[in-house]
Amino acid sequence: MPDDGALPRWVGTARSGADDDGGRGGDSGRRFGVYVHVPFCSVRCGYCDFNTYTAAELGGGASQVAYASTALREVELATKTLADVGLPERAVSTVFFGGGTPTMLPAGDLVRILDGVRDAWGLEPGAEVTTEANPDSVTPSSLEELAAAGFTRVSFGMQSAVPHVLATLERTHDPARIPDVVRWARDAGLRVSLDLIYGTPGETLGDWRESLEAAVATGVDHVSAYALVVEAGTKMAAQVRRGELTLPDEDDQAAKYELADELLTAAGLSWYEVSNWARTADDACRHNLAYWRGHDWWGIGPGAHSYVAAEAGRATGDEGAGRAGVRWWNVKHPRRYAAALEAGGSPGAGRELLTADEAYLERVMLGVRLADGLDLDVLRPAGRRAVAGLVARGLLDGAAALGAGGVAPRAVLTLRGRLLADAVVRELTA
Amino acid sequence: MPPIPTESAAARIQPNATPPELIRNFCIIAHIDHGKSTLADRMLQLTGVVQARDMRAQYLDRMDIERERGITIKSQAVRMPWAVTGEDGVETPHALHMIDTPGHVDFTYEVSRSLAACEGAVLLVDAAQGIEAQTLANLYLAMENELEIIPVLNKIDLPAAQPEKYAEELAHLVGGDPADVLKVSGKTGEGVEALLDKIVATVPAPTGDADAAARAMIFDSVYDTYRGVVTYVRVVDGNLNPRERIAMMSTRATHELLEIGVHSPEANPTKGLGVGEVGYLITGVKDVRQSKVGDTVTSAAKPATEALGGYSDPKPMVFSGLYPIDGSDYPALRDALDKLKLNDAALNYEPETSVALGFGFRVGFLGLLHLEIVRERLEREFNLDLISTAPNVVYDVTMEDGEEVKVTNPSEFPTGKISEVREPVVRATILTPSEFVGTVMGLCTDRRGQMQGMDYLSEDRVELRWTLPLAEIVFDFFDQLKSRTRGYASLDYEPSGDQAANLVKVDILLQGDQVDAFSAIVHRDKAYDYGVLMTAKLKEIIPRQQFEVPVQAAIGARVIARETVRAMRKDVLAKCYGGDISRKRKLLEKQKEGKKRMKNIGSVEVPKDAFIAALSSDPSSGKDKDKKK
Repeated sequence: MPDDGALPRWVGTARSGADDDGGRGGDSGRRFGVYVHVPFCSVRCGYCDFNTYTAAELGGGASQVAYASTALREVELATKTLADVGLPERAVSTVFFGGGTPTMLPAGDLVRILDGVRDAWGLEPGAEVTTEANPDSVTPSSLEELAAAGFTRVSFGMQSAVPHVLATLERTHDPARIPDVVRWARDAGLRVSLDLIYGTPGETLGDWRESLEAAVATGVDHVSAYALVVEAGTKMAAQVRRGELTLPDEDDQAAKYELADELLTAAGLSWYEVSNWARTADDACRHNLAYWRGHDWWGIGPGAHSYVAAEAGRATGDEGAGRAGVRWWNVKHPRRYAAALEAGGSPGAGRELLTADEAYLERVMLGVRLADGLDLDVLRPAGRRAVAGLVARGLLDGAAALGAGGVAPRAVLTLRGRLLADAVVRELTA
Repeated sequence: MPPIPTESAAARIQPNATPPELIRNFCIIAHIDHGKSTLADRMLQLTGVVQARDMRAQYLDRMDIERERGITIKSQAVRMPWAVTGEDGVETPHALHMIDTPGHVDFTYEVSRSLAACEGAVLLVDAAQGIEAQTLANLYLAMENELEIIPVLNKIDLPAAQPEKYAEELAHLVGGDPADVLKVSGKTGEGVEALLDKIVATVPAPTGDADAAARAMIFDSVYDTYRGVVTYVRVVDGNLNPRERIAMMSTRATHELLEIGVHSPEANPTKGLGVGEVGYLITGVKDVRQSKVGDTVTSAAKPATEALGGYSDPKPMVFSGLYPIDGSDYPALRDALDKLKLNDAALNYEPETSVALGFGFRVGFLGLLHLEIVRERLEREFNLDLISTAPNVVYDVTMEDGEEVKVTNPSEFPTGKISEVREPVVRATILTPSEFVGTVMGLCTDRRGQMQGMDYLSEDRVELRWTLPLAEIVFDFFDQLKSRTRGYASLDYEPSGDQAANLVKVDILLQGDQVDAFSAIVHRDKAYDYGVLMTAKLKEIIPRQQFEVPVQAAIGARVIARETVRAMRKDVLAKCYGGDISRKRKLLEKQKEGKKRMKNIGSVEVPKDAFIAALSSDPSSGKDKDKKK
């Protein structure tokens, strides 16, 4: 990674403005999204391995106060870096504030950053602007302030409706608050999503049903449900190692996934990605879809990742030959991040130049997780040959694979296939 | 008078010109770790054949493995001068030939040939530990060969030494007075001169007919990269001279004698070897099979008519499949075995394929230590990573139609109507502290043994003699013996024919497909236990598949045990956002790479590591480790 964060020249080849493809590897129409990482939390949850810090860990709140200004410096750097390689300026189609807990910052700070993004590139008409939020760090007025400034969507970290599960996760919010915050957000004109976690140690199938029913009862139009993954190095990993917590087995997790799909579908939400359900296509999170469809994005903030694809076949030169895109990531610690920007350099810590094979694997891996599925034409011959077997074993939908209903033949996961999606990807890319 | 002969005295003991009465041939019988090599080192120094500045520990042990483990695999013969002064004050020089014998149960035949080359044996026992089973077995072998036994207690410098107690034990064993047991320290050198004097005084001089046709017995044969095969011989009659043609009496093959000499301890060419002398021959052959231990060497021009007795071909007793962990190492494994074979007449092997393990070899060994040594040399000297299947013995199967089948691999066990299965049995000697007698007898009974006799060596040590099926010893017998006696018992065994037994083959099936590497021939009464053990183990090791996989143990078509690997239900990462993408791609790449290391048994995918884990966590594999000490 060069000190100034310069991108390889080959990503900057001129692109046409037409928007007919929407997928990676096509010649045009990649949308541009911005992710803003807010690395602050009031407490660190035991299971969390995200790049986030409490005030105590940062030794005072100074960097939190200055954070919006620091982030805006990176926005400035981003405009310059993209322009330097000759990428045409594109209006931003989605913005996503994640964390950490973005709502640890005053609403005004979030608004300042969003304004900075708008000033730099402009927002597309109807752009989606989401923030994650902790249910206990919002008020009706803070939500109204965000909506007024252009935010369109809020995603609450509900995780569970069951107190003992929340306690194990070390979540501090009061589950009774969820219906209120959802109502406040909707009153403010925001689309609302709830995040849920299943498979927490000690959570029964009944507990999980209770959480799902509570989420559905709020009438939200979008739910994300994630299996708990205990990452190495977290406090929870240590608790498991010491035998203080027992992880559920894969059968338990599978049963809970199936229950989630059953209850959410019954409530009128349908899956559009393995872990995401929405009421209508418009309720889906367009920012996340952009990741899965291979659009370009710039990640602002410590530890944030960014990605810019190369035009197919245009990448040339010593390191560019055959490359499909570049992904890079920032230094993780907020102090180092701020210092790099203050010194006028790039906060980039490293990058990878994707080979065609890597890009292919990513495209299959991400595409197959979507309910829209993956166009079989994308697959290499070996992958296409694997489709019949996957259909026969009930992992891919037979009608979709045959192109029923006038749609191009696609690889679409069945319910069982969703639970074995990684195995499906390995077979398709064998 | 100095015990190292003066120059003029030394002239009387030149090779090929030493009167037999000035020659003493002896070996040292000792248990691993009882200090044989250290004692030999002191003898080399005292007799002046190795100068202090050239000395290194375990001078005679050539292979790294020998030196590291402190055991001798191949024998060695060293000529040392030693002068004794008689009562008349006259100094008489002697030529001592020390034959350093291999010290393990697997090499009993080599031991017996080494003993046959000697007239005396130093019985060397650790003064802190007492005699062990293997030493006892070799002692009996030496007594059968009518060798003069000189009992010696070593390591008397150790604080834990109990020379009085063990002197009594030794005296009891060999007959004689405890006071006559010599006490030495190979480490400090104390008592070693007295031992050399005693060897001269009590070991009989060799006898032979100097005018008869030459007859020399081969007691070892070693491949040397630079010199070809070096053959160790003891001349019985006549003499052998450089540049004459010699003949091997078992094959009638003749060879040019390129070099003849003695080791002292470095190779020292001589003008020949005469009656009673021990030395080496080099003929330019490249394979130890052309110069077999036990064979008789004679002169091609004037051959002897009768070979010396006792020759037999080495017979593999234990078989195991050896497979490279990386299949592409198969040619390298073949080359390595070909090279080892040059130096190991007992090693034989044939290519074999296993569904579970790929291409490899079925290798025949003299016993478990031989197996372990070969495996270790392959891994160490040839840099191969190997997996070996559980060792098995050879079965003779007679079918009802009279056909006879020799089974060296359980998966080849015939399927038709069997009238009889015969398995090899051994005569085992176990020495144990008397408090464990009941435990040891229980173990032997469990293992289908039959007691032959029992003797108290001393108040608290007992010698038990049992016949046992070799297959039971090859399983985890040694481990069990050690663990049930807190490490105090020792074991030795020798082949003792065969017996009919109610044996069956148990197959292990994954979703109906046989996993050849896990088939085993076991006694019918143990079949169920084996089946339960293996199915349970595989259930733990085999990863869940997209479908349910039955793991069964079966005798023929009859299933005797069953476990089920349940179908995998979840194989998906929940989250996959911006920062997760690289990580997840790398995870998938790694998983795909891992798939290349998968073996398919029918439609079941099993990581090759799983087979290796199942084979190496086998209870029978631990014993190899214990035996190293």
